[in-house]
Amino acid sequence: MTHYLLSVVTPADGQPPTPEQLGEIMRNVEAFNQELRDAGAWVFAGGLHGPDTATMLRPSGDDVLITDGPYAEGKEYLGGLSLIEAPDLDAALEWGRKAVRATTLPIEVRPFMDQP
Amino acid sequence: MPDASEVEAAFRAEYGRAVSVLVRFLGDIDLAEEAVQDAFITALQKWPHTGVPPSPAGWIITTARNRAIDRLRREAKRDERQAEALLLHTADAPPEEGPVRDERLRLIFTCCHPALAPQAQVALTLRLLGGLTTPQIARAFLVPEPTMAQRIVRAKAKIRDARIPYRVPRDADLPDRIKGVLAVIYLIFNQGYDGTSELTAEAVRLGRLLAALMPDEPEAVGLLALMLLVDARGEARRGSGGEFVPLPEQDRARWDGELIAEGQALVRRCLRRGRPGPYQIQAAIQAVHSDAATADATDWGQILRLYDQLMTVAPSPVVALNRAVAVAETEGPRQALALVDALDLDAYHVFHAVRADLLRRLGRGTEAVQAYEQAIARSDSAAERGYLDRRRRELVQRVRG
Repeated sequence: MTHYLLSVVTPADGQPPTPEQLGEIMRNVEAFNQELRDAGAWVFAGGLHGPDTATMLRPSGDDVLITDGPYAEGKEYLGGLSLIEAPDLDAALEWGRKAVRATTLPIEVRPFMDQP
Repeated sequence: MPDASEVEAAFRAEYGRAVSVLVRFLGDIDLAEEAVQDAFITALQKWPHTGVPPSPAGWIITTARNRAIDRLRREAKRDERQAEALLLHTADAPPEEGPVRDERLRLIFTCCHPALAPQAQVALTLRLLGGLTTPQIARAFLVPEPTMAQRIVRAKAKIRDARIPYRVPRDADLPDRIKGVLAVIYLIFNQGYDGTSELTAEAVRLGRLLAALMPDEPEAVGLLALMLLVDARGEARRGSGGEFVPLPEQDRARWDGELIAEGQALVRRCLRRGRPGPYQIQAAIQAVHSDAATADATDWGQILRLYDQLMTVAPSPVVALNRAVAVAETEGPRQALALVDALDLDAYHVFHAVRADLLRRLGRGTEAVQAYEQAIARSDSAAERGYLDRRRRELVQRVRG
């Protein structure tokens, strides 16, 4: 079994969904999470607040510097994530396909390195 | 006594089979390739003395497997954990499902996995199934060798790290995944057609393999038929000076009758099955051309009907352009030109070449010359540019005269 990260790729300048749309998306995402749990593939999942809530910490000599804002302003940001367990990429992509349908957003699928 | 060329022939014929068996056994593409290459080096040393064994593939696979086991044992002492992981992975391998026996089919689907970039799919397929070397693939695609080497290394790393599976996809995914495999083989064929005939032969070989491994897949048979029928004209489309000779001007006596007969038989097999798809329809169009003893005898009505069918299953501007060529023959150049002018294909040299020909036939010489010039500027085949320039010059003389 390999762990895969499903990242929800959220457009920075996209129209936010209406409350009705959002309600439907939340229901679909919850159903997706339940399906993952039932299949024993669920590890962790969650949505993130927007990048304007982010705080950056950087190495600065022996010190650590705190600044407001995300690491990089981009056209897209990480809106949420699912950590899943799957036997191979095809199985992970099948979950990714379901995540696209639930979130209505692009999903990036990436394998974790093997546990040392 | 066999010589190096016989080992080379065995290498090209059996490399893909040996690598696919070893990948399954070892669970690692690089190790499999190394083991198979080792085995061929051994063959090169031994066969000149012992003769080629009755089953070269069996000999290579057994030798490669023994080499790999020796190597794993050596490495087990050095790095117990890694070797153990490898052997575990192999022991984990799922049992053979369904009627598929040939390991090469798994390897094709791994190489043509949609999670790999299309160029990487092509390169891996040629390398692992065709036994082409990285420099050969780089030359065929006019890419610097380090670029191609990096492309292959990256693709193999992704297969390993992301765990792209080594198996034939399940039925629900199969239609889409077969499309991907067929697209890779056809791309190899077309690349070969434009330059390296080595690639054309390799694509036909892969097409034969896929059609043999998936006999119930009509599009696999259709693609093979299409490639055979087009390849049959390979000789005739080159003039004595290496220049491009278009279909209507080809000496049909130079067509390869055997390939045509085989391709036409496959088209008939597809027709009987009644599950048409884009490759089968394109093959049927080529079969109609191949049926005509002279260019004038071509059944353009039949070709137009097939293009109509192709437009419904796989519409595209390029198909519409080819359909317009058939319209020119059935209804006339004026009707065809109206269709062509509505297409957004400015970057495609064939679009301008077709326009040029239609304008010429309509007596609009000056515009035709311009269209030839646009076609020449956009073609990257020297042979084709030569042909287009000849047509352009003939026209310039006529316009002046």
